Amino acid sequence: MSFTWISSYWPLLLTGAWQTVSLLVISVVFGFIIAIGLAFAQVSGGRLTRLLARGYCTFFRGTPLLIQLWLLYYGVGSLLPMIPGIRQSLFWPILREGFFFAAVSFTLNYAAYEAEVLRGALLAVPKGELEAGRAFGLSPWKLTRRIWLPRAIRIALPTIAGEIVMQLKATPLAFTVTVMDLYAVANKVRQDTLLVYEPLLVVTLFYLALTAVIARVFRGLEAQVPVRR
Amino acid sequence: MATTQQGILDLLSPYPPGWGGVLLAGAVSTVAISACAFAVGLLLGTGGALGKLSGNRALRLLLDFYTTVIRAVPELILIVGLYYAGTDGLNRLLAALDLPPVNVNGFVAAITVLGFVQGAYMTEVLRGAILAIPTGQIEAAKAFGMGPMLRFRRVLLPALLPNALPGLANLWMSITKDSALVAVVGYQELALATRLAGASTKHYFVFFLASALLYLAITLVSNVAFKLIEGRVRRGQPRLA
Repeated sequence: MSFTWISSYWPLLLTGAWQTVSLLVISVVFGFIIAIGLAFAQVSGGRLTRLLARGYCTFFRGTPLLIQLWLLYYGVGSLLPMIPGIRQSLFWPILREGFFFAAVSFTLNYAAYEAEVLRGALLAVPKGELEAGRAFGLSPWKLTRRIWLPRAIRIALPTIAGEIVMQLKATPLAFTVTVMDLYAVANKVRQDTLLVYEPLLVVTLFYLALTAVIARVFRGLEAQVPVRR
Repeated sequence: MATTQQGILDLLSPYPPGWGGVLLAGAVSTVAISACAFAVGLLLGTGGALGKLSGNRALRLLLDFYTTVIRAVPELILIVGLYYAGTDGLNRLLAALDLPPVNVNGFVAAITVLGFVQGAYMTEVLRGAILAIPTGQIEAAKAFGMGPMLRFRRVLLPALLPNALPGLANLWMSITKDSALVAVVGYQELALATRLAGASTKHYFVFFLASALLYLAITLVSNVAFKLIEGRVRRGQPRLA
């Protein structure tokens, strides 16, 4: 075991950690927003929206994330330049990057899993609370915003923490589309120094630390929820 | 429009120069890897669950370490790390015994690594399923004078299966998808076959969509299969709703 390489690679390690964390935060935040829509579409939508939302969740939960990522990066990525004018557009420098494709595919994938969790939670909100809201004359929109959704999120909190950790563990896939995330840094160190285990070990410690942070944040959030005992 | 349609069918035709055959072979090896790794995981998980419940302190600590570490580390890192560590360790062992080094078969390496990872998850699923069996049933079996093996086969196993099946079904779904990760260490299964097909024809979108649909088909068929098995192991149980 030798860890002398750390002294010359720590800036790269920090960049990797930053990339991993940004991928995680972007996919969780945007994925959650999409998931709210998908969950409501399944619980209270019409026949067509329900079917579409179900189909979305089945597709993204039934296929490997790696394939989704490659479908986007290689598949859509190879079709994008055919759109006239896109190479000259403002967004091209972003659209060219592996990071963009990784962020989009992780977001879509996370949304599908989170939608299932939220769907269950929406159905688990006690009926009496919704009826009480209606009896107070809340409009459907206000009822959803003030009672239904917040209650469902509280019910789902522990599961959401688990889903975010799963998402963190999926982020190393981004290295396959040239993103310099934590895992890619470990790969680079291996190529440069021929050390196999040490970089993997150090990177793993980073992941464990991130998991611990997520667990702690959610313990704090759960403590905020008032419980009557 | 008609020509592109024809083009796609040509690309996916099962006979060369079409790539459909390569994709199907990849799908078969994905299912084979998953099934073998699932079996390895089932063995490790059964052992792990019985070990955790055996009351031996040292054994329980060791198994706790195994399940915690495996479940906390990203799958890709585990697969790559175990792949290198496994082949490296084996060759060092052989060198110590004055034997020539071997080149580990990619299939064997893939199922060993994936099975080792599955084992950790299975341990927890099976432990929970065993704990959910009413103790009276096991006590009754003991009172009838059944030995440990007979008790496991006749009472424990049929009683734990209905409890464990949903968890096992989830693990099967996740392993069919995790098996795509062995593409990263270079073993040819569906994901890697697709990338090859895409790279040599430049029709990435068509091929990745086709392989996504193949994975989806595997998932949907497995769903039906697990529903049937669950109906079978739950026969004789009262319905709740």
